[in-house]
Amino acid sequence: MAVRTQFESSNDIGVFARITNAYCLVGIGGSENFYSTFESELSDHIPVIHSSIGDCRIVGRLTVGNRHGLLVPASTTDQELQHIRNSLPDNVRLRRCEERLSALGNVIACNDYVALIHPDLDKETEQILADTLNVECFRQTIADRVLVGSYSIFTNQGGLVHPKTSIQEQEELSSLLQVPLVAGTVNRGSDVIGAGLLVNDWMGFCGLDTTAHEISVIESVFKLGQHNIMGGATTTSAAGTNKTIKDALVDALT
Amino acid sequence: MEYMTNDVEPTTTVAKILCCQCGVLIESNALNMCNGCMQTQIDITEMIPKQGQLQMCNKCIRYLQPPTTWIAAQLESRELLTVCLKRIKGLNKEVRLIDAGFIWTEPHSKRVKVKLTVQKEVATGAILQQTFVVEFTIFNQICDDCQKIEAKDYWKALVQVRQRTSHKKTFFYLEQLLLKHNAHADASNIKQVNGGLDFYFAEQNSARKLADFLMCVVPCRFETSKRLISHDIHSNIYNYKYTYIVEIVPVCKDDIVCLSKKQSKQLGNIGPMCICSRVTQNVYLIDPKTLKVAPISANDYWRSPFTALCDSKHLVEYIVCDVNVLDEHSKPHVYGKESQKHVLAEVFVMKSSEIGVVDKQYSTISHLGHLLHPGDTVMGFDLQNSNVSDPSLDQYDLDQLADVILVKKIYADKSLRNRRRQWKLKHLDVEDVGSVNSTMERDYTDFLEDLEEDAVLRQTVNVYKDEKKFQSNNIGDEEGGEDIPRIDLNEMLADMTMEDSDKMDS
Repeated sequence: MAVRTQFESSNDIGVFARITNAYCLVGIGGSENFYSTFESELSDHIPVIHSSIGDCRIVGRLTVGNRHGLLVPASTTDQELQHIRNSLPDNVRLRRCEERLSALGNVIACNDYVALIHPDLDKETEQILADTLNVECFRQTIADRVLVGSYSIFTNQGGLVHPKTSIQEQEELSSLLQVPLVAGTVNRGSDVIGAGLLVNDWMGFCGLDTTAHEISVIESVFKLGQHNIMGGATTTSAAGTNKTIKDALVDALT
Repeated sequence: MEYMTNDVEPTTTVAKILCCQCGVLIESNALNMCNGCMQTQIDITEMIPKQGQLQMCNKCIRYLQPPTTWIAAQLESRELLTVCLKRIKGLNKEVRLIDAGFIWTEPHSKRVKVKLTVQKEVATGAILQQTFVVEFTIFNQICDDCQKIEAKDYWKALVQVRQRTSHKKTFFYLEQLLLKHNAHADASNIKQVNGGLDFYFAEQNSARKLADFLMCVVPCRFETSKRLISHDIHSNIYNYKYTYIVEIVPVCKDDIVCLSKKQSKQLGNIGPMCICSRVTQNVYLIDPKTLKVAPISANDYWRSPFTALCDSKHLVEYIVCDVNVLDEHSKPHVYGKESQKHVLAEVFVMKSSEIGVVDKQYSTISHLGHLLHPGDTVMGFDLQNSNVSDPSLDQYDLDQLADVILVKKIYADKSLRNRRRQWKLKHLDVEDVGSVNSTMERDYTDFLEDLEEDAVLRQTVNVYKDEKKFQSNNIGDEEGGEDIPRIDLNEMLADMTMEDSDKMDS
C-alpha cells in the first residue's frame, strides 16, 4: 500500500526521509505531521527516527542505507551520529563516510543485496558501501543520468526508474539487480523518482501530487498491494483492481 | 554449415510509460503527460485576457495607443496589429509571442479579432505552443486633434491673404487654385475679411505650407509674426500663435500701369504705358504700342512697386470705327520678346457716350488688332480726360502718350453670355461671406469671362459641366454672338461628388 504525504507543502518527501526494511529516518520538520504519517504506518514494525544530518533536515538525500547498515556523510556531527546509533536496531551497522559526493542518497541506490552507484564515486566509498550495507556495487547510469539515487529507486521486490530509460537499459539493470523494473513517474509526471517516492518491501510513501495511475504503477511494481493480502486482508485481485479504478475515479473528481 | 550472422545492433527502444493523468501508454516527455491531458490541464494563455477594447477616432481613423498617442491605421494593417498587441496584457512577459494575425471581421461590426500563437516553457525542456484569439471591441473616441478642429475657434497659425485692390478677381482665381490643389485641406476655418481671406490652422506647418503654395502660384510676399500665448519657465516650453501675412501684388489682369523711366529702361524700353495681360506666378506686362512683353516676378515687383493707373471699373466704352492692321514694315522695331498672340493695329474709335453728340474720332495703336473689327465695342482708358495722380506718370509729357488705350473687347451683352455659360466652378466653404453685393457679382462674372477668353488661365482651374444649363441651352441656340469665346465641352469635368464640403455655385 502506498500513502500520499507531504513535507511542509513540498511533494518531494524522498528528500526529507529515508526508509528501509529495518528502520526509518525522518528529517526534523516545523510540524510533526510528516513524522506522524510514518509513525502511524511503520512504528509497529520498525523504529522511526527523528534526526538531522549535519544540521540539515534533507536526510533522505544525504544518507543511504538498507536493513544491514546506514551510511552517513562526513558532515554528520558526533552528536547526531550518537543519537542515530542509539535509535537504530543493534544489528544495523552505522558508518560515516568521507566522500566528495556527500549527497549519498543522490549518488547511490540500493536494496538489501545490490547497489547502483555513481560512476565517479571513490573506490574507498565503494568498499565501505560493500562492507557496511552488505551489497554488491555496480557503477551505472540511468537514462544517461549519473545521479542514480535521484532517478531510480528499488527494493527487494522491484524498482522504478526514470521514464526515459530505454527497454534495453531496463533489461540490463533488471538482470543486474535481479528484480523487475519499470519506467514511471511520481508526483504528476515528475521524473525525479528518488525525491518523490519512499518505499520498502511492504510500505510506500509518495508525494501528495501523485496520481492514481502513478500509484497503481508503484503498487504493482513494488508489490505493495500483494503484501496486504499476505498480511491477512481478504481482498481478491479483482477487488484490488476495483479499488484502483475507484481511486482513479475519486482522483479525477477531486 | 551456416554461420549465424551476428549483426544485430543494440537498437534502443524508448520505453513507454503511462500518462500520469489518464494512464494511456505514451513515450516519455518533459511533462510525462499525453497530448490530450496537456491540452486539458495546462493553459498557458490563462493570464492573457481574451477580450479587449480599442479606442478609435472616426474623424481621422486613428487608434489610441495609451496613454496619449494616436496612430493612423487601416483595418488589418500592421499598424493596427501593433496597437492591438500593445493592448494585450501579459504578452512577452510570461509567454513568448510567435505569430500574430487578423481574422477577418465585417468592417462595420466594430470588432477586431487577432489570432495569436504563443509559446511558454512549462517545465525544463518542455515548451508548449498555443494558438488563441483575442477579440477587440472598437469604441469611438474623438482624438484631441479632432476635438480642437471640431471646436472651430481653435487655431495656432493664421494665414492672412490680402490684396490692396478694389475688386476680388484675384481671389476668385486663388479660390480655384486652392480647390484644384486642395491646398486648404488642413485649414480648420476660412474667413472672409475686408480685403482678403483668413485661413486658420491647428499647426504652424500647415500654415507655412499654404504660404509657400501661395508664393508658388501668385506673385506675393509674406511676413511672419508670432504672439506669445503662454510659457513655462520650468520646461522652457513656449506657446505661440503664428501669423503669416501674405500680400498679393495689387496689379491685376487688364490693369493699366505706368512704369517709371528707370523701370521702363530696365525692362528694355517698354512702355511706359503698359497693360497687364496676365497674372500667374509673374505679372505679365504688354506694351500696346509695340507688343513688347515683360514678365515681372514678385521679387522684381517688390523692389520697385507700381500701382495700377486705373482698373477695369474706370474703363470707358468705345465703338471701333476702323482698324488698320500694321504690317511688318510699319511696325516699330522691338528689342527683346514680342507677343505672338497679339496683332498690332491702328484703330479709330469713338466714345459710345459721345455718339451723336460729338463726332470726334480717336486714333490709337492697339495690341488687339486680331480681335477688333469696325463696329465692335471695346473698353479703353481715356488718358487725356482722366484725373489720375501717379508719380511715374508725372515724369512724362502727356502729349507724347496716346489719348486712348484700348484694353479689351466686349463680346456681347453680359446677361447673354451668362445665359449661355454651360459650366460652373466650385467654391470654398468660406465663413462670414456677408452680403453678396452687386460689385462682387460683377467681379465674379468678369472672372468667368476672363476664363472663357484665356485658355492659359483655364489650365490651372477645374471647370465643371453645368448639367442644368446644358439641357436647357441645347434646345435652341440663340442667334448672334457667334464669336463669343466659349469653353469646349472636353475641357469641362463632370462633377462627381454630390455631398462635398466645397459648394457648387447654383
